[in-house]
Amino acid sequence: MSVYSSTPHDTAPLHVAGSARYVDDVPLPANTLHLAFGLSTIAHGTITALDLDAVRAAPGVVKVMTWQDLPGHNDVSPTPTFREPMLAEDEVFYIGQPIFLVAATSHLAARKAARLAQISYSEKPALLTLDDAIAAEDCFEGGARIYQKGDVDTALSKAPRTVEGSFEIGGQEHFYLEGMAALAEPQEGGDVIVRSSTQHPTEIQHKVAEALHKPMNAVRVEVRRMGGGFGGKESQGNALAISCALIADMTGRPAKMRYDRDDDMIITGKRHDFRIAYKAGFDDTGKILAVEFTQWARCGWSPDLSAPVADRAMLHADNAYLLTDVRITSHRMRTNTQSNTAFRGFGGPQGMIGIERVLDHVAHAVGGVPLNIRRLNYYAPVPSSAQNPNPGSSQKFGGDHSPEGWVAPAQTTPYHMPVKDFILHELTDQLVNSADYTARRKAVDDWNAANTVLKKGIALTPVKFGISFTLTHLNQAGALVHVYQDGSIGMNHGGTEMGQGLFQKVAQVTASRFGVPLDRIKITATDTAKVPNTSATAASSGTDLNGMAVRDACEKIKTRLAVWLTEGTRIAAADVRFEHGQVHVGDQTHSFDEVVLKAYQSRISLSATGFYKTPDVEWDRDAGTGTPFFYFAYGAAVTEVVIDTLTGENRILRTDILHDAGASLNPALDVGQIEGGYVQGAGWLTTEELVWDAKGALKTHAPSTYKIPACSDRPDIFNVSLWDGANRADTIYKSKAVGEPPFMLGISAFMALSDAIAACGDGSRYVALDAPATAERILWAVRRQQAAT
Amino acid sequence: MRTTFLLNGETVTTDEAPCVTLLDHLRTKAGLTGTKEGCNEGDCGACTVMVQDETGARALNACILFLPQLDGKSVTTVEGLAAPDGTPHPAQTALVEHHGSQCGFCTPGFAMSMATAHLNGAADHDDQLAGNLCRCTGYAPIIRAADALSAAPVPAHLSQPLPQTAGTGEDAAFRPTSADQLAPWYQANPDATLIAGATDVGLWVTKHLMDLSPVAFLTGCDDLKSVSVSDDEIRFGAMVSLTDVREAIAPYHPDMAEMIRRYGSTQVRNAATIGGNIANGSPIGDGPPALIALGATLHLRLGDTRRQLPLEDYFLEYRKQDRQPGEFVEAVSIPRQADRLKCYKLSKRFDQDISAVCGCLNVTVADGIVTGARIAYGGMAATPKRASSVEAALLGAPWTQDSITAAMAQFPADFTPMSDMRASADYRLVSAQNMLQRYFYEDQGLPTRVLGVQA
Repeated sequence: MSVYSSTPHDTAPLHVAGSARYVDDVPLPANTLHLAFGLSTIAHGTITALDLDAVRAAPGVVKVMTWQDLPGHNDVSPTPTFREPMLAEDEVFYIGQPIFLVAATSHLAARKAARLAQISYSEKPALLTLDDAIAAEDCFEGGARIYQKGDVDTALSKAPRTVEGSFEIGGQEHFYLEGMAALAEPQEGGDVIVRSSTQHPTEIQHKVAEALHKPMNAVRVEVRRMGGGFGGKESQGNALAISCALIADMTGRPAKMRYDRDDDMIITGKRHDFRIAYKAGFDDTGKILAVEFTQWARCGWSPDLSAPVADRAMLHADNAYLLTDVRITSHRMRTNTQSNTAFRGFGGPQGMIGIERVLDHVAHAVGGVPLNIRRLNYYAPVPSSAQNPNPGSSQKFGGDHSPEGWVAPAQTTPYHMPVKDFILHELTDQLVNSADYTARRKAVDDWNAANTVLKKGIALTPVKFGISFTLTHLNQAGALVHVYQDGSIGMNHGGTEMGQGLFQKVAQVTASRFGVPLDRIKITATDTAKVPNTSATAASSGTDLNGMAVRDACEKIKTRLAVWLTEGTRIAAADVRFEHGQVHVGDQTHSFDEVVLKAYQSRISLSATGFYKTPDVEWDRDAGTGTPFFYFAYGAAVTEVVIDTLTGENRILRTDILHDAGASLNPALDVGQIEGGYVQGAGWLTTEELVWDAKGALKTHAPSTYKIPACSDRPDIFNVSLWDGANRADTIYKSKAVGEPPFMLGISAFMALSDAIAACGDGSRYVALDAPATAERILWAVRRQQAAT
Repeated sequence: MRTTFLLNGETVTTDEAPCVTLLDHLRTKAGLTGTKEGCNEGDCGACTVMVQDETGARALNACILFLPQLDGKSVTTVEGLAAPDGTPHPAQTALVEHHGSQCGFCTPGFAMSMATAHLNGAADHDDQLAGNLCRCTGYAPIIRAADALSAAPVPAHLSQPLPQTAGTGEDAAFRPTSADQLAPWYQANPDATLIAGATDVGLWVTKHLMDLSPVAFLTGCDDLKSVSVSDDEIRFGAMVSLTDVREAIAPYHPDMAEMIRRYGSTQVRNAATIGGNIANGSPIGDGPPALIALGATLHLRLGDTRRQLPLEDYFLEYRKQDRQPGEFVEAVSIPRQADRLKCYKLSKRFDQDISAVCGCLNVTVADGIVTGARIAYGGMAATPKRASSVEAALLGAPWTQDSITAAMAQFPADFTPMSDMRASADYRLVSAQNMLQRYFYEDQGLPTRVLGVQA
């Protein structure tokens, strides 16, 4: 079968040849217009004068537009309840907010012209930091949201011991290598085709139609691939696509817009930075009895996707730990900065590092080994009689189909969802063993006893990540499969390819369903004219949803073929098998191609749509109760680091990961997600520091100042393995989602740094490291330890 | 300005304006869109191409490479990497087989860096690829591909005879072939911009959108590209690339070479010149602190008049240097000396990052007494600057922890650093002080460098 095999990314041969085409690579007619935005230079204020004469007079400029020139809605918000102007009206809300749009004959001409505006403002006070917004009590959603379980106040008051603290968690720039881009080509009758570097073609279609006052069927959006997305292209591409479509519609000329890297970083939102305060009650063994979290998210100037992001942070405040009495309070603060948005993990990483911080703090308080304290607090094991079931089997685990005699432990998350698939005890055992954790823990301690300047640290942290969109209706997908009369197959679905290998995995599913070689499957660009009403490719759900939708389409065609093949025979259609390029009907065997050709000649439909909706998810967002997730994905990482106590410089020396991708559809692609996710997660918590100045201007707006991990920042020793076990939930071939969960394995690097810093003191003071742990933050933390000694 | 070069084996002659980048030419004129724009400032490597001339093959960032710099050279882009019969280059094959691409946008740049390193027989993958950012893979599979590539032979088609230059044609810019040609022209055109490697000037064009005119491209001034080593001094012509500086200095001052290993990236070091690094007067350039600590002399030329001065005296104040209109940097020299130099480059990321602080310390000790101290810092003031008070505190003192502690207390007398996005003022000061401590510890044989530690 094509599934369960490590085939390369479908486009890899084109990637390496430079022939994989991105939006900016599409050959264009000579009359194409190129667009750029003119941006606000203040964080908050009223525009008192907007003089665009010099812009209009600049060489190559064809059209200049302000919000007053827009024919339709001036709104790029992904949230129906909030209007987010694409072009600022009287008021500007952050430095970098688009105010006007320039269309010119070249990209450079548009960029040059956009800088020529004379804009006067009446400045207003700006809320730039969380402190500013908290002091002003300026938040979205009308106030805090609270999820709770048990009686946290009583449990805290009764707990023998408590710790409390507060820490800062920085944001993160996506730094997809391909910047935001869109291209619109006008069609006859006022229709428009938009090519966009987006994770959400339907949203682009929807927003473009709205802006152009056209029905959605007049707008076709196509996405072949993105040069990276990571959540940054879920909602942030709307402005470019709308602008291009508008200009195309108004001028009859193709229009393209791509942000220069600096513009991209200055205009678009990033991962939310958070502050998390906590108070935890526990006993002398380190068993947690109660936790109270308060989370503040810096949302930026508009809601964008902040509400579900902050929700997911709340939903991951437990991570892998059973919390009996817990309250999570979440504040979504408004600031005059870029509107923070989706980013791999979608709030989950921030929520998760909150509880990991608590575990680290509790371990310090009771003088225990952090790993032991973590394990003590894990959810109870949920054994399965078949830890290593046959991949692809239809056997279910847990729930109604669990092995006889097994009783599910009565354990729920803080949002009252039963945890029925917890495998971290076994997974941790295996990782401790394969990473040689115990011996290395001792070697680190020995090193620290022998060295004064350089200190080492080691930490193991787990990940339990909930899979599904928390907005339940998004958990649906469509597909379109054609079998052509020569037996070749065209495959399409609503998911988008941003590098994660979605297309290849779904092609593997298609090939496996028909029992044909993978090269018979043509992967085609995501296209709203083929599959409508799609959800964003997000929440790690791409393969789960689209794989199932494609399977559904394949099965429809196979069923038609089987019924036709068994007509007039005693053979049941269900017994027809599609394997190895052949179709087995009773004791007869035909080639797939031959069957297809004859089916065509017999007027059998060889095309089908497919559909899937995730079962068993329901979520009451206001009450904070329900089953928002279909299942959990698990993993754990051990990271060893070294720090320099004179400068705070540090390095990751070794990382060992064991990650649960269920029955992996493609182990190579899944390992790629894990390696890449880990390094990106470690980057978030170490070198990737976003800095705004006192006026609210982002000072880290290019790779010269914003430092994602480079080649030598990956761990010297980097061992990644896949957990050998199938998903207990009924997913496509029993695989598990793998896009986001590994990102949070990077938390182990942060905790290892904390461990190394702790070695600089006498144990009397908790390290209390903020993120990102830049060399500077590490040095200050080291000095606090030294001062306490 | 007329430029003739080989592009994937075909001779190309262009008459584009002087400050058009190769990247824009490839993508918008030549229809070669495999070379990507990731940052347009030389920091991501998505636009990496291979440039060959009589001195060999180099990886360069096409986004900050102006067409006139390519005259007479051969450019290979990702579209020219496979053999003429379509056989993929082994770097391409290795990247596919080892799952080295995910989104694929950085991949052409990686393929070009890998192929160039492979051609040059370089196996220090982390350094060769430090200038190529990937956001998807975590680099592990790319390094596995690079390891696999090492065993493959270099494809024959990558060695092409170089084209004859077609001459400069219309004189939109000046392209001297020697310092003697440059000197009178620059004296007559003192407002001109001199372009050496364009790793800084490139950004004036791509980011500040400046229209530079007049300009002179110094690429052809071979007489400024020599390194000479005598019994008394080591002398670098202004146009010696940082790649060549690193190689030349390694036998004499290995820690300066180690610092240059982290200066920019392979692509940037291949373009950047030691003269440009000095002449542009940046307070955060990494070359000047090391050179000042070594007692460098700067050699300036105005027309036929030459003068020299201690390098530290060249930097007057922020972005202001002791350089007359029409005067240019011809060379920099350092006296031969026993190696006592340590260079500490502190940045958020080890590779391809601008220093928050770059401390270069050169302390000589005889019979337990400090007999010489030249300590210079970048990132601590408006110019690269010596720590005079610290040096004075050390000079004549016993080489002991007490003397180090006393000298560390002198740093605030020498420096009042500023806070910016790279570091706070406090951190700069404390880490600068600690660099002296580190120098002492290192002298005592203590492990002090995280880069040398293994799990």
